[in-house]
Order: sequence, then C-alpha cells, then structure tokens
Amino acid sequence: MARSNKPIVWGLFAAGGTASAFMVPVIMITVGLAVPFGWLSVEDLSYDRVHAIASHPLGRLISFGFITICLWHAAHRTRTTVHDIGIHNDSATMTICYGMAGLGTILTGIFLFLL
Amino acid sequence: MSNRPYIRPLPTSWWLKEGRYVRYMLREATCLFVGLHALVLMIGILRLSQGREAFESFLAGLWSPAGQLLSAVILLMAVVHSVTWFNLTPKAMPLWVGDTKVPGWMIVGAHYAGWLAVSVLTLYLAGGL
Repeated sequence: MARSNKPIVWGLFAAGGTASAFMVPVIMITVGLAVPFGWLSVEDLSYDRVHAIASHPLGRLISFGFITICLWHAAHRTRTTVHDIGIHNDSATMTICYGMAGLGTILTGIFLFLL
Repeated sequence: MSNRPYIRPLPTSWWLKEGRYVRYMLREATCLFVGLHALVLMIGILRLSQGREAFESFLAGLWSPAGQLLSAVILLMAVVHSVTWFNLTPKAMPLWVGDTKVPGWMIVGAHYAGWLAVSVLTLYLAGGL
C-alpha cells in the first residue's frame, strides 16, 4: 500500500485545533484588547518584559510550536473546506495551503531566531 | 477507484440552504481566524526583533480602533472554534474506564474547566507576578 502523509498532517491539525481552542481567545484578549480596555497596564506588555519572555529559550520553543501548529491547523481545515465549496483540484489547494503553512513555519523560525 | 470518479454537480451555495449547514461552514471558517491570529503573533515577533520603537508602533496599531475591531472579530471566531471543538471531544476521543463509557458531558465539561483555568492563569500571569 502506498504510504500517505495523512497521519502527520492530521496530527498537526488535531494538535493545532486543541492548542488553539484553549489559547487563542485569551491570547487575543491579552495582546489585543486588555490594555485598551484597561484590564492590563501598558507596562504589562512593555518591550522589555515581552522581549524577555519571548527570547527566553523556553519562550522561543513554545512560541514556535504554538504558532506553527495553529498555521497547520488552518491550512488543513482550509484544504478540506475548499473541497466542500466545490473546488476539487486538491493538488492545487494542497500546494497553496500547505505551502503557506510551510512558509509561515520557516518565517516564524527566522523571526524568533532574530529576537 | 476509477480514473474519473463521478462528482455530483452541486451549487457552491448549497450550505446556505439549512441552518446546520451554515453552522458547519461557520465552524470550518474559524480556522481562517486561527491562522490570522498566528499571523498577528508572527508580525508581533518580527516587530519585537526590530527593537523598542518598532514593537511599540506595532502595539499602537493593534490597539487603535481598527486594531481592536480586528482583535474582537478574531476573538469571536476563536470562541466559536473553542466551543465547537470541545463539544466534539466525546466523539473525537471516546473514553472508557473499564467496561463503562465515560459520559460525554464529563469529557466536554473537563475541557471547559481546563479552558477557563488556562485563560484565568494566562491573564493573571500577564498582569505581573
């Protein structure tokens, strides 16, 4: 039987779906809304503090893992849903969706390396 | 499988015909916003790597009225994703203890409790130790 890459991509989809279900709402509140709404102070998201957390080896590792599985989750779900709305050229959608996730994975690695 | 499988013609708008199909598409569309949130974080890390001024101008943009609207829309769709994802957990990973099946509401409830806990903990840690 031909080997398939399905288990790997599906594993990333499921891991990304679970991690994002737990974390995305609170991340968007913390990063995007808490300071304008006055729930956090500007100092809580100061350059020094955020840089110290994100550039710590553990911070880099967690950021890389989390952001990239979110990208693979989005890519895989988009690929299957595009099929549902009547676009059946799967090799093209696969190339675009997974290509973007792959590019995002590389860029995330570079940005974190530059910190 | 034949070389040319028969694909029954279906209008692209089929999913607008029934409420549950619309809810299915809404659920699937949440992934675009999970991806968008990842893009926001990527840009934030890039700007963080470019120094204090770059990072502060990134935050100023994110906290502008347009930025807040973007965050609010991503938040709303992220919550739809969380709720639909957790509600499916008993089907995605049914749990057996010995010969008894753990009731679905317990699996779902445990996920909601964990979701609340990590959210409160994250906001607490963000607020300074």
